[in-house]
Formats: sequence, structure tokens, C-alpha cells
Amino acid sequence: MAIVLALVLVVVGSIVFHMLSPWWWTPIASNWSYIDHTLVITFWITGVVFAAVVLFMAYCVYRFRHKEGAKAAYEPESKRLETWLTVVTAVGVAAMLAPGLYVWGQFVTVPKDATEVEVVAQQWQWNYRLPGEDGRLGKTDNRLVSFENPLGIDPDDPAGQDDVVLEAADLHLPIGKPVKMMLRSIDVLHDFYVPEFRAKMDMVPGMVTYFWFTPTKTGTFEVLCAELCGVGHGFMRGYVMIDTEENYPSWLEEQPTFAELSAPRQVGSAETVEPEGAGAQ
Amino acid sequence: MVDVTPQSDGTVPPAEVPDVELYHPRSWWTTYVFSQDAKVIAIQYSGTAIAIGLVALVLSWLMRLQLGFPGTFDFITPEAYYQFITMHGMIMVIYLLTALFLGGFGNYLIPLMVGARDMVFPYVNMLSYWIYLVAVLVLVVSFFAPGGPTGAGWTLYPPQAILGGTPGGQSWGIILMLVSLILFIIGFTMGGLNYVVTVLQGRARGMTLMRMPLTIWGIFTATVMALLAFPALFVACVMMLFDRVLGTSFFMPALVEMGEQLSYGGGSPILFQHLFWFFGHPEVYIVALPAFGIVSDLISTHARKNIFGYRMMVWAIVIIGALSFVVWAHHMYVSGMHPWFGFFFATTTLIIAVPTAIKVYNWVLTLWRGDIHLTLPMLFALAFIVTFVNGGLTGLFLGNVVVDVPLSDTMFVVAHFHMVMGVAPIMVIFGAIYHWYPKITGKMLNEAMGQFHFWITFLGAYAIFFPMHYVGLVGVPRRYPEIGEPAFMTAPVDNLNAFITIAALVVGFAQMVFLFNLFWSLRFGRDAGGNPWRATTLEWQTPTTPPPHGNWGDKLPVVYRWAYDYSVPGAPEDFIAQNDPRPQHSAAHPDPSAARPA
Ligand code: HEM
Ligand SMILES: [Cu+2]
Ligand SMILES: [Cu+2]
Repeated sequence: MAIVLALVLVVVGSIVFHMLSPWWWTPIASNWSYIDHTLVITFWITGVVFAAVVLFMAYCVYRFRHKEGAKAAYEPESKRLETWLTVVTAVGVAAMLAPGLYVWGQFVTVPKDATEVEVVAQQWQWNYRLPGEDGRLGKTDNRLVSFENPLGIDPDDPAGQDDVVLEAADLHLPIGKPVKMMLRSIDVLHDFYVPEFRAKMDMVPGMVTYFWFTPTKTGTFEVLCAELCGVGHGFMRGYVMIDTEENYPSWLEEQPTFAELSAPRQVGSAETVEPEGAGAQ
Repeated sequence: MVDVTPQSDGTVPPAEVPDVELYHPRSWWTTYVFSQDAKVIAIQYSGTAIAIGLVALVLSWLMRLQLGFPGTFDFITPEAYYQFITMHGMIMVIYLLTALFLGGFGNYLIPLMVGARDMVFPYVNMLSYWIYLVAVLVLVVSFFAPGGPTGAGWTLYPPQAILGGTPGGQSWGIILMLVSLILFIIGFTMGGLNYVVTVLQGRARGMTLMRMPLTIWGIFTATVMALLAFPALFVACVMMLFDRVLGTSFFMPALVEMGEQLSYGGGSPILFQHLFWFFGHPEVYIVALPAFGIVSDLISTHARKNIFGYRMMVWAIVIIGALSFVVWAHHMYVSGMHPWFGFFFATTTLIIAVPTAIKVYNWVLTLWRGDIHLTLPMLFALAFIVTFVNGGLTGLFLGNVVVDVPLSDTMFVVAHFHMVMGVAPIMVIFGAIYHWYPKITGKMLNEAMGQFHFWITFLGAYAIFFPMHYVGLVGVPRRYPEIGEPAFMTAPVDNLNAFITIAALVVGFAQMVFLFNLFWSLRFGRDAGGNPWRATTLEWQTPTTPPPHGNWGDKLPVVYRWAYDYSVPGAPEDFIAQNDPRPQHSAAHPDPSAARPA
């Protein structure tokens, strides 16, 4: 009998926990509220199924528990019932899949007017690159990465000269403009993840991956790495600031371009030599 | 070939193959150590799997201590944390669950349940175990190697797996891990071929395919899948080993590590992920299908009722097995593969939900109008259904590509797969041990200790993993030794994490009671007799218990009916053994297995 109680308790407890839980997803700050809606639909459908199955099971155990002299029914199969259940399940699954695929269709279709912004991950920091006045990002290659050229920008590509380079700094983006995040890594896998934006994607050395979104709230948002990238993984954090349209240009102006950075530096090389093991954590 | 259909009068045609002569061990060594008896091999496999599983359990405590009380335990550095999760995950999935279900239960149950004297290739079967043991030892050695075990995550994704920023990447850890996996796969292949051929060729007269217990269907299908899936992991391991040791670039593109250009170039990290998950997803079902099969038999036996919709259950197992080879990339929605694959893999993934749901319905409908004995195996079977349904449903979140985007790589995923492939199959393992221990030893396991073990394990495991979903919903990524209190969290998760940790410690200690029970009952347990559960399947009909080498004395059993003749109307008892030659059923209820010759 205790098991009947326990089964009911599991259902009731789960529902109560769900309703009272202060642990919930963070308020959204991007255009992907569709994702949240699909999540909520899925919660409802699955929640109802969970409660129904477990409660039905509890009822069966209560009603058909062993009693002296009782005998089970002999009932090998029932075509009708089995067909019926199959159809209902298929419909329920389709009800979740259809909105899911519809929204995925939007997720993978980048709007034409999206600005390209590059994120370059490395163990264990975030770098960014924004297109300069020409609106285009120059070519890159991991083979070109060096101390002076941390993002591996091709110096022979004129489109790259005016690119804005942010090394181990925070990214700013203007509100309300769709952005296509171009994701690169110069060492291992990483994953650019901002909980408020909902979207995330792995960064793979040798490839450029992407996702797009439109920021809908100004403020400071934490960036986390969501793909295991070595011992510093849990500490690989950064910030994205979403600025108002007025503030954004003044920030952008102050950022160095590739051409500025690669202009011959005044040497004080003793100080710029990186100490052994720098960069760890 | 002994696949014969009995005539309608219940007689069975004569055997086409004569009884086999077994290898006769001559010494203590060949009887108990280098044994070729599948039952001894089964116990060796199980003992080894449980022993290494305990290591994984202890690692889970350490991980939980770190997550529940970050900063309290100085020795759990990030390096150590990553080594713990990696070894914990790999041991649990491969060296415990796969080895226990196929090497342990497969070896013990296949020959007995199909009415064979032993596996068809006993010598290869023995080798299979010894190679598995070496694989486990190599894994253990990596704990003591310079640099410690690998901390690359159980998925071993390159490039980090073989680079210096990951524990063990540039020392012995990753090499030993890959060698151990390669050995495991070689050993498993030897055993697996045995299981498949024994099921196909070694069945007793009258044991048609559609009369086999679902346990055998589950183990058989899982083994076929494993034979097709493990080669993908095998080549991935060999290629990665070459990348690490010989400097090839199968998975390594041009990259810069800590400011230094490496000589790799041209390889594809995503190729590894495809190979890994082409193995890794079927692996989930390699663990799940034996559990599905076994739990069907536990429910049927202890509810004294035939499994509902047997044929549907068989087909569901086979269809799930086949479909699970075309869903692997649902683990890679955010891996950077071409996003259009998302449409295909989300669809196939959600289609699998249908046969899976049918299985759940049929288990529950078997309880309906049953005569439910709340024995320990039945209790664990019920716990399995609860946790499996819970974990299966959260799979619908993660399979539905766009919903997966915010949840992937968070603790939600960790909670999901623990529920569905950690807790649920382990419930079945416990149920199965309480169920078959009497056959293996001749003694019943102690009931009081069993009840204690059940209640703590079931409620405790649910208390660990149900709330963990919400840690993921908040946005905490997986594989983070500590999260702190970033601004995006709607509520801090430290109390919740501490609660989960305490639950995990309690559940862990309850397992010690179970282990103690295994030894205690061997000595002090009640005598079980040959068939304490009054079950129909052949293993309960052996002339002596525990069954000796060769299982059946001088006469092989002959099978007259399916495995589920419980509570047949008009029968004197509430079960009719499969080898019982009495006339079959009342006319109103034809034997569904006889309806179609297999
Ligand atoms: C008391 C039981 C268990 C506890 C408390 C536990 C706890 C944990 C924890 C805390 C993690 C790491 C989460 C993270 O930071 O990403 C983890 C990972 C994992 N666990 Fe368990 N676990 C248990 C049992 C199992 C079982 C039975 C399995 C078998 C399937 C399993 C398979 C895994 C896997 C595959 C990982 C992923 C490792 C990785 O991220 O590379 N665990 N577990
Ligand atoms: Cu990372
Ligand atoms: Cu999968």
C-alpha cells in the first residue's frame, strides 16, 4: 500500500515543486520568445502524460493488489486499444514537433539585414571582431594567429584592416538590430551561451558556425562557455552589453581597429613577453 | 536448427541437431576461474562491473560534494572535478551498465531461458570476460598514472581531449582511456557474437522466436545493436590514438594552443562527434532494451498476468533498435553541423517516442486486472516505470531541436539522462537481482534489507534528479565545478544543490546495505527452492538449483508454449511452465505466439 501512496506523492510532489519553484528560466532579452512558448507547450503535454500514467499505475496497484483467492484476467492483446493508443500518442508527438520545427525554420533563416559580428573563443577568454566602415569582416586563418595578431586576421585582405578587434574585452551591441553571430575558435571547442538570449552554438576550430538573434533589452548579460574546453571551462565568462542606439556609436568609436593594432609598436619587448602558463584561468 | 513449431496436439517434432558435448573442466582453476560455463562467466562479469561501478559511485559523491558545497574541499580542484565526471560517466555507461546487462545478465539468462546447455562458443565467451577485465584494469591504472586519468568528459571530444589544457590530455590519461575502450570493444565483440548465435541457433526444441521471453528479445536486440554501433567508437578511438601518439590529424584542424601554433591541420572535430554519437545514441538503447525486456518479465511474473500485447512489445523492441541508428545527431543540434540536419533528426527522434510510449502503456496495462504481488522485483519495476516515463518525457524537450537550444549543455540534460539511462535501468538491475538471486544461489535475499534499500533508492534517486532539471532551467551549464551567483539566475541554486548532494550521499550509502545483503543472504538467506516466484520461463524449471554446468541434467527441455501463461482460465495453477506439455488453453484464448510461425 505504501507504494500507492508513494506514487501519488511523486506526482503531487513534482507538480507542487514545479508550481512553487523559484528556479525558472531567466527573463528573455531576445526575439526568441517562440522558443519559450514551445517549451511551455511541451511542459504541459508532458506533465499531463506523466501525471496520467503514474496515477493510473497507482490506481492499478491499489485496485488489483494481491488478495487471497484473486486471479488475474487472461488477456493477451487488444488490437483496438493498442491502435487507439498509438494514434493518440502520434498526435501528441506531432503537436509538439510541428511548432518546434516551425520555430527551428526561423532559427536557421538569418534575416538579410543582420549585422555580422564575430566571436573568437580561446582557452579561456572571449574575443570579438566587428566589421569596420566597409561593413565586412576580413578573411581569417588560424595559421596566422600570433601574439600581434591574436584573431588570425589576414593582413593582405583589405576588408580586414578596418575591423574592430576586442581582445579579452566585453562586447557591445545596439538594441533592436538583428545580429548574426559568427563563431570561431582558435584552439578547442567552446560554446557561446548567453542565457537571456536563449540561443547558443558551439565554436569549432577550422569552421565558422553561427546563429542569429535580435537583442530586445538593454543591459549587461553574462556570457558563459557551454562546451567543455579544458580546466578553465567553468570560469570562461564574459559580458555582452546591449546599448541604446544613441550610446552604441560612442562606444564603437573608441575601439581599436586591426590596422591600428598591427602598426609597428614602440618596442619594450621585455615587458610584453608572456610569462609561462599565462592565460590559465 | 531447432526452430520448430509444435503441432496443434502439443507434440514437438524430433530434434534435428543432437545434444552437444560440453567441455568438462578438470581442475578448480578451470571450473571457477578460467571457466567456460556461461553462468560462472556471468558472475565474473557482474562482480567486476559492480566493483568498478562502486568507483563511479564514489566519484559521484565527490562531484556532488563539490557542487553542493563549493570551495569546502580543497582537494577537488577543477582538474580533479573534470577527471571525476569523465571517469564517472564512462564507467557508469560502458563498464558498469553495458557489461552488467550483456555480459552479466546476457550470459546468465540466455542459455537458461532459451533452453541451451551453454553459449555456443564457450571458449570465446571465456576470453570475452578476461579481455573485459584487462580493459577495466587499464582504466584503473589511469587513476595512478602520471597526470591522472583523462578529464575530457565522457564524450572525449577532440581537440581538447588530447591537448594540454585538459587533464590527462598530454599525459597518460587519454591514451589509457582509449586503449581501455578498444580492449573493451574487442572483448565485447567476442561475447556479443556468442549471444546472438546462441539465440539464433541454440534454442531448445519448440522455442520459436515468438515464444521467447521478452528478456531475451531485449538482450538479443541490444547485442545486435552493440555489434553494429561499437565499431564506430572503435575506429574513433583508434583514429584519436593516432592523432595523439603519431601526430596524424583525423580530428585536428590547424589550431593554436596557448599562443603556440601546433603542427596539426585539416582534420574535423565534428567527424569525431558523428562517430561518437553513431555509437553513443544506440548505446542508450543498448542499456535500455535489456532493461525493457527484463522489466516486462518482472511485471508479468509478479502481476501473475501475461504481458499485454506481446507481439507489439517484440516489434516495438525491434523498431526502436532500428530507428535508434538514425537519430544520433540529436546530440549535436548545437555542434555547428549544418542546421538543416535539425529537421531530419528532430523528426526521427520524436518518432521513436511512439514505440517507446507503446511499451510503457503495455507495462501499465499488464497491471490492469492483474493479481499484483508487491514483491521487491515488482516494486523496483514500478520505480522503473516512474523514472523511465519521467526521463523519457524530458527527452521530448531535448529531441525537439529548437527547445534543445536553450537547454543543451545545461544541468537539465544531466538530469534527463540520469533519469532515463541511469536511474531507470538501475532500478531494473536491482529488480532483476532480487528476482534471479534465488536461482543463482538457491537463497532468497533478505526482505527487510531489501525494503530499506528499495525505499531509499527510489525516493532518494527521484529527489536527486527531479530538482536537478530546475538547476538546468535556471541556466546552469553542465560540467561546471561551481556556478557562483551570476545575475541571470532567478534564484540562487546553492541550497538546492546542497539538498541534492545530501540525497545523493544517502542513496549511495543505501547501496552498501544492498551489497551487504548479497553476502549475508548467501549464508543466512531462506532456502528458495527451484521456482520461488512460480514463474513460467525455462530457467525456473531446471532439475537442480543452482543449475549445474550444462544446466539441464541429461534431458534438454522441450518447449510447448509462450513465456506468459499466467492465470490461464481452467488451469489448476496460476502459471503453466513453458515446458509443460499439458493441453494449451481454453479455446477462447488462443496462444498469440502460435498464431504466426516465427
Ligand atoms: C547516485 C547516483 C549518481 C549521481 C549522484 C550522479 C551524479 C553526477 C554528476 C554530479 C555529474 C556531473 C554533472 C556535471 O557537472 O556535468 C554526473 C555526470 C554523469 N553521470 Fe552521473 N550520477 C549518478 C549515477 C549515474 C549513473 C547510474 C549513470 C549511468 C548512465 C551516470 C552517468 C553519467 C554520465 C554519462 C555523466 C556525464 C559525464 C560528463 O559530463 O562527461 N551517472 N553524474
Ligand atoms: Cu568551455
Ligand atoms: Cu541519443
